[in-house]
Amino acid sequence: MNPISKNRRSPKQYSVLPGFGLTMGYTLLYLGLIVLIPLAALFLKSSQLGWDDFLKAVGNPRVVASYKLTFGASFIAATVNAIFGFIVAWTLVRYQFPGKRLLDAMVDLPFALPTAVSGIALTAIYSENGWIGQYLEPLGIHAAFSPLGITIALTFIGLPFVVRTLQPAIEDLQRENEEAAASLGASRLQAMLRVILPAVMPALLTGFALSFARALGEYGSVVFISGNMPMRTEITSLLIISKLEQYDVAGATAIAVVMLLASFALLLAVNLLQWWSGQRYRGVA
Amino acid sequence: MSSGVTNTTAHTALTARGLPAKRLRLATEEPDWVRWSLIAISIGFLTLFLLVPLLAVFAEALRKGLGPYFASFADPTALSAIRLTLLTAGIAVPANLVFGLAAAWAIAKFEFFGKSILITLIDLPFAISPVISGLIYVLLFGMRGWLGPWLSGHNVQIIFAVPGLVLATVFVTFPFVARELIPLMQEQGTEEEQAAAVLGASGWQILWRVTLPNVKWALLYGVILCNARAMGEFGAVSVVSGHIRGKTNTIPLHVEILYNEYNFVAAFAVASLLALLAIVTLAAKNVVESRIRRELQQTLEPSTAEA
Amino acid sequence: MSIEVKHISKTFGDFTALNDVSLRVNDGELVALLGPSGSGKTTLLRIIAGLETPDPRADSAILFHDSSVSGQPVGKRQVGFVFQHYALFRHMSVFENIAFGLRVRPRRERLAKSEIQDRVHHLLKLIQLDAFGNRYPSQLSGGQRQRVALARALAVEPKVLLLDEPFGALDAKVRQGLRAWLRRLHDEIHLTSVLVTHDQEEALEVADRVVVMNQARIEQVGTPEEVFHRPASEFVIEFLGQVNIFHSRVRNGSARLGEMTFDCPSYPHPQERPATIYMRPHELDIKRQQNGVPSLEAEVVRVNPAGSIAKISLVTRDGHEVQVDLSLERLQELNLGEGETVFLYPKKARVFVPHYVI
Repeated sequence: MNPISKNRRSPKQYSVLPGFGLTMGYTLLYLGLIVLIPLAALFLKSSQLGWDDFLKAVGNPRVVASYKLTFGASFIAATVNAIFGFIVAWTLVRYQFPGKRLLDAMVDLPFALPTAVSGIALTAIYSENGWIGQYLEPLGIHAAFSPLGITIALTFIGLPFVVRTLQPAIEDLQRENEEAAASLGASRLQAMLRVILPAVMPALLTGFALSFARALGEYGSVVFISGNMPMRTEITSLLIISKLEQYDVAGATAIAVVMLLASFALLLAVNLLQWWSGQRYRGVA
Repeated sequence: MSSGVTNTTAHTALTARGLPAKRLRLATEEPDWVRWSLIAISIGFLTLFLLVPLLAVFAEALRKGLGPYFASFADPTALSAIRLTLLTAGIAVPANLVFGLAAAWAIAKFEFFGKSILITLIDLPFAISPVISGLIYVLLFGMRGWLGPWLSGHNVQIIFAVPGLVLATVFVTFPFVARELIPLMQEQGTEEEQAAAVLGASGWQILWRVTLPNVKWALLYGVILCNARAMGEFGAVSVVSGHIRGKTNTIPLHVEILYNEYNFVAAFAVASLLALLAIVTLAAKNVVESRIRRELQQTLEPSTAEA
Repeated sequence: MSIEVKHISKTFGDFTALNDVSLRVNDGELVALLGPSGSGKTTLLRIIAGLETPDPRADSAILFHDSSVSGQPVGKRQVGFVFQHYALFRHMSVFENIAFGLRVRPRRERLAKSEIQDRVHHLLKLIQLDAFGNRYPSQLSGGQRQRVALARALAVEPKVLLLDEPFGALDAKVRQGLRAWLRRLHDEIHLTSVLVTHDQEEALEVADRVVVMNQARIEQVGTPEEVFHRPASEFVIEFLGQVNIFHSRVRNGSARLGEMTFDCPSYPHPQERPATIYMRPHELDIKRQQNGVPSLEAEVVRVNPAGSIAKISLVTRDGHEVQVDLSLERLQELNLGEGETVFLYPKKARVFVPHYVI
């Protein structure tokens, strides 16, 4: 171990450098003003609501229908992303083929493309006369303005999370482990299922959870393709906005708190997962 | 890796003497048909889900030719939306850049209690849905919010006005610069800064001459991502904007209005500006990423030589 | 089962890892492939295992028990392979790691659950980790992990055992213990084994025969004694242990170094050529007085008696550094002091003329 990393534990070694008070003070002030105080306002506002009103606001059938739709579509989208994201990540890490770099760069498109743009683009493609919609319509599949369309939009938005979480995990796989499995007589499929998949499972679950969490709160890319029919294709984010437009600030706040807690719970799960896999696998080459 | 000349039937292609006709498939490779199927699935999936929507933006925008396309930008409300977007990003990006530097300096160069909690809190805006990000400012500054009555008494309007848009944008782009800088600066440690301090450099000199050159690409990376999100943010600004045409519309909000008015060509034309921004962002991101990899490698090299 | 490779070459891009290598390992033998990094030893081992394929050549062959396995993938060759960094499956317990090879067999060849358990428990006992079956690799020390890796390889009852620098990642003490343990294990089970190492001590101590490799070729094959005492090339003598090197000239079957002459019957020609004379530190004696026999005058620079032998550093008149090992008794007898001038008497020396070997 080199001396620097030992010293990391002792703050005195760091006091050689100036600016701790200034930067720390500014960090806390800015964080407080921009993030913490406004967030606190959300929780304060909902606590003023009273328990009964809160339950009524979040348990209303229209709201419950939006939860079901949002969670269901997000879950399916995250599952689709987990499956195809794994294939994409594997292909991008392990194989050589023409156009690979371009494909790799394209994975980040949903991060870079404003959600409103992806929203109207997806709607255009999947509506009756759209590039893809025109072929689905004769089959009786209505993609736009249906839960299917919502799922497609949420898949679009969540894909990079799975691919970008998996890529480093696949790169870190020890080839020797696969060789060991093969030398012990395992077929390639057995090596894949018993050696590779368990090794990347923490990353896969993390990517799934991140994609799921992102989908829960998504608004821009969904609002155009969903059609926004109450009880049928109204996602929770949109419901919050329509409550606001009806000046039902309390109702909007209550629903927002529920969604916020759900995504916090998911992120907590991600952190626990990473901590757990770090504990268990620490130090094994 | 290898050239890809594999034999899928290697198990059975056992020749009695000498080598098989083709070389064996390695233990870490899949059979050819699996490999090519997976590549085909990947290309197909990414084309369908990513490339087609991107192309659709331009196709729809140019549906009626170049004339109507360019006419969409001449509209005064479009121009004012572009101006407002530039203004919002022009405030949000520098503000979060300064914050990111300050936070990274405090976190990476010093030890203190609660550091990991602070890092989590900085990342918090990423975990919050855009709509809720807008909502919290409405709760704070709106007419029925905590400060709303007092503000309107003093004739200050934040919600449904430019300050609200800026605040919401700052919120949603809050972590971008900080989260790029913190891990890199932690990795780089404080040896170089300490050396500079021992040689008599002042705090600003250390920052300007030692730290910043070491993290310039990561900084740029954070700024690129921050800017893309600032210009493209929709949900949060949608909540605080109130949609006053020509006054509080950013480009994405303008797109929505045009689209809802069934003015599709104009909507997609304006959207194509944002799509171009996204393409530029992706290209810049790729260039900068390879630079960062080099930066990180240079950091790691001496320590691996020690070990 | 014997292993034989014939005319094996392997190139990676511009780099030649193996250049027309042939080798036979007899049934039940433990052979060490010894060489510096990049000498091709690991590549040869991986080609034997089927983890790498040799460059296609009409006359090349890989034979197990005299029948070709060239067309068989690694899983069919029935080899046990032990990796330098263990390559344990970290999400499986020790028990599951060892049982892996038995559990992935096709259903009709698979043993019953109880038989698998019995065999794994037997192996756990063999590697002295009976109580560790439920642990995960991250909870084991490096030496324990390597023993698990070995047990995992043995579980499938391989016909040959291949070990790639198995102790390379361990510290010296653990390595010493495992080395002795491996040799005892081999004496018990007599499995044809090939061990790759860059540690000459390890090769000389463990192996029945040592294959010294350098720059994609085999330099010498022989018992540990043969390669150490009768090195076939300059590389072998320089690679195996410390050696003093003197540059001289040779003609008419003898090489000259100062007043001393050394026999070199392999070069009987009258025209003079450069030659190199090698003497190991223990092959030189030190005397305080000249006794008429030609010797090499040198000044004592440093005496280091800390060890089972004393190491003396000297410098000859022409500035050449020489190392001499003396027994501690001999050192006491001589009572050497730093700065004193003494005389070196070679007990044994080897002369190599480029392309001519004694």
